[in-house]
Amino acid sequence: MNRARRDRLILVGLIVTGVAVAVGLMLFALGQNVNLFYSPTQVARGEAPVGHTFRLGGMVVEGSVVRDPNSLKVQFALTDGAHEVVVQREGILPDLFREGQGIVAQGQLDGGGQFIAAEVLAKHDENYMPPEVEHAMETAKQLGLTKGK
Amino acid sequence: MLTRLYALASPPRFYRLADLWSRWLLWCGIALLLPGLWFSLLDSPPDYQQGESVRIMYVHVPAAWLSMFGYVCMATMAGIGLIFRSKAASAVAHSCAPAGAAFTFLALVTGSLWGKPMWGTWWIWDARLTSELVLLFLYFGYLGLKAAIEDREAAARATAVLALVGVVNIPIIHYSVEWWNTLHQGPTVTKLDKPSIHLSMLLPLLLMSFSYMALFGAMVLRRARGEILLRERNSGWVRELAMGEKA
Repeated sequence: MNRARRDRLILVGLIVTGVAVAVGLMLFALGQNVNLFYSPTQVARGEAPVGHTFRLGGMVVEGSVVRDPNSLKVQFALTDGAHEVVVQREGILPDLFREGQGIVAQGQLDGGGQFIAAEVLAKHDENYMPPEVEHAMETAKQLGLTKGK
Repeated sequence: MLTRLYALASPPRFYRLADLWSRWLLWCGIALLLPGLWFSLLDSPPDYQQGESVRIMYVHVPAAWLSMFGYVCMATMAGIGLIFRSKAASAVAHSCAPAGAAFTFLALVTGSLWGKPMWGTWWIWDARLTSELVLLFLYFGYLGLKAAIEDREAAARATAVLALVGVVNIPIIHYSVEWWNTLHQGPTVTKLDKPSIHLSMLLPLLLMSFSYMALFGAMVLRRARGEILLRERNSGWVRELAMGEKA
């Protein structure tokens, strides 16, 4: 490889690594701010802003969903495995909303530590399978043949 | 090996070979697309969670993969063009940009159409969606910069630097769902352990992906031929070619 080409190769390498380091530092500095939502643990630790709108993400706790029969009011708890936050929502929920589902709610904390959601979005997981397979896996789980999913 | 590559990079030789390859890739792409569409839209099972809406995945996921693959191709070819002053490599880099931008646009639109029924929103500023939008703007920036500079050599150098700078976005797109919490779900096929997608859904997805890739290659090579002709229009071999076609 002749000298001019080698110099240009080094220059290209420097550009790419330089930009990667700069952007890497920038993203590192942004840190938590790039996250879409706060977890219930962060809320419990008081890291989430009080009196400001933010997003809260977690799994809907099994058996925690309480629907008001006369209105669209729903109450449920969100967990990240360590802590739980109770969420109040009045309005339509996405089709994928169910117990055990990951969701992201946008709203504010009230004085009592409950989260008043103005918007609820459903997360879906990265697993894709036909319903029969899911049914078979559930049955196997109930029979104790497999350890969880 | 290197001398062979140099010979390939000579514009007249590349012009002829690209014609042959693009034809092959086009037919391969169509041959894969037809069974791919059949399996993905009609003859594959619905998802346990998402029902029939999961079929958007077969259009969306390959488009998103190709949007990143196209950028890596573009940046690699731009880098080779910059280092070796190769006209063929620059022409390929230039022709990756519109094709890559098209796939990025397709990924964003189908993602939005998928997001509404599944998540409950058309758009959210999470790390994955935002970095993919940045990718679209990088392609637009590349095309804009190329169009703004009259001198072809200077345009090739300037766009190559832009392409190389933008390549930092590719790992960000890929790892965005792991580094930060997002509404977009994590990787399915490319994670280290077994892919968490059932075989009956993975096969149509792979068929569609290979088809997209072949069609991308065909588009890029077709366009690269045009780029080569345009850049070499004053050279002897293009004159001969034009005279030969007239006669």
